[in-house]
Amino acid sequence: MSDVMAKNSTLDLDTMTLREVNRALKDADSGDFDIRNPQGVHALACGLTKPISATIHGHVGYYCAGMNQHAMVTVTGNAGTGCAENMMSGMVRVKGDVSQSAGATAHGGLLVIEGDASARCGISLKGADIVVGGSVGHMSAFMAQAGSLVVAGDAGDALGDSIYEAKLYVRGSVASLGTDCVEKDMTDQHKAALSALLKRAEMDIDVSEFKRYGSARQLYNFKIDNAGAY
Amino acid sequence: MCGIVGLYMKTNKYAGELGRLSASMLHEMRERGPDSAGFAVYGEAEATDKMVLLSKTGETDWVDLATRLTKATGLDVDQNPVWDHAVFHISGDGTKARRWIIENAHDVTVLSQGRSIEVFKGVGDPDDVAERFNLAGRAGTHAIAHTRMATESAVTTAGSHPFSTGADTCLVHNGSLSNHNRLRTELRRNGESFQTENDSEVAAGYLAWRMREGDNVDDALTHALKDLDGFYTFAIGTADGFAVLRDPIACKPAVIAETDDWVAMSSEFRAIATLPDVGHAEIWEPSPSKIYSWSHAA
Repeated sequence: MSDVMAKNSTLDLDTMTLREVNRALKDADSGDFDIRNPQGVHALACGLTKPISATIHGHVGYYCAGMNQHAMVTVTGNAGTGCAENMMSGMVRVKGDVSQSAGATAHGGLLVIEGDASARCGISLKGADIVVGGSVGHMSAFMAQAGSLVVAGDAGDALGDSIYEAKLYVRGSVASLGTDCVEKDMTDQHKAALSALLKRAEMDIDVSEFKRYGSARQLYNFKIDNAGAY
Repeated sequence: MCGIVGLYMKTNKYAGELGRLSASMLHEMRERGPDSAGFAVYGEAEATDKMVLLSKTGETDWVDLATRLTKATGLDVDQNPVWDHAVFHISGDGTKARRWIIENAHDVTVLSQGRSIEVFKGVGDPDDVAERFNLAGRAGTHAIAHTRMATESAVTTAGSHPFSTGADTCLVHNGSLSNHNRLRTELRRNGESFQTENDSEVAAGYLAWRMREGDNVDDALTHALKDLDGFYTFAIGTADGFAVLRDPIACKPAVIAETDDWVAMSSEFRAIATLPDVGHAEIWEPSPSKIYSWSHAA
């Protein structure tokens, strides 16, 4: 296995098992890896803990780059359900579209989706930043606690339902806001934060085109007097 | 969890490989539904109807059944047994023959009826089911297949998908319906006949009923969005068409890929990954409540 653990390797899923590829990535302390022929496999490049760089050429299945720490993972195609779920740090970039629950419960790091994300993008977000170049589906940022979700396109129904302290920035239309999610003022401080995020995501978009959304803090978990309303 | 695959040929280019490509797609969905599997293949339309029958006991005397069917309905029957299934080629109205079988042959389930559809099912490893009924060797215009992880009813061959309750119409389902008992009762009242306690069969019966009432597939699915309660991703086959629908909150996964020559749908991309020219396919995830349909008639 020593040859595949060398830095700057190409890891080919046509000739290696998924387990061998994941093991090679996890065993490396640094280096750039090219992963070929992913063919939609699940759980590729999961649980990485070192500052390596991995480029996956093609489409991946579920949970790609889940639990990521420090690594930089790029997917040139589309990603399935749960991409970068529970990411702690590092960066995951998907050049295509992603399926449901992208960046779910992610604590830290940056997830960049150049295409669209479907339902529940950033569900229960716990501190990571997500920047979506296209649109997001329904129930995105549901119960999002901390971090940011930036959407350069449109947002689906029930955006930010039962949201806590996460910050949402949407450039296009919002089909509907979820319970206790409201539009908020875009202050200079928020513009600066959004500008920095877009820069990190390498997206050249004017921050003045975005609106900000967040918690009205009226739900029963903020105001117990409102418990009877639900 | 269940796995769905559907492959619809827009041109003749890969028609001869429909079965082989569908079998490789089904293989990828094995882990999503290891308990049973089934497939529907739409071959060239024949002059009259055929039925695919399943023997629940595995001991049905097909020759005797064919004789009784002919005597009761006046239809000529040519029977070809395949494992615990038999394909009955009928000289006339298959709807009448189907009804007679359901009412009179209690050890038999009618899996499909129509001029082009054939449905085969089995319990166990989906690859074994596909091999037993030679999926890979079949040609045609479209195929729909399913791997099942049962939730709402027992693991039986009859409870496997696809379900076909109308001529040349079939449906596979990932999800579960919560109002299937009430709907089944209503549909029975409207003349539909059901052969299992399965919720997905009710969805198939619902569509067959709507289409008998004059709906096309798109209209029937529009009504289904209102009348079916539960979660679902459906893939639907008709004599010359193919459709996909997900419930309003898109509980269950689906991905569609389309090229100039084919449309493929599956629960996961990996089932689509090895199709010819997939590198140039348009690939997307179907939106909730949106009806996607293709037809040679259009």
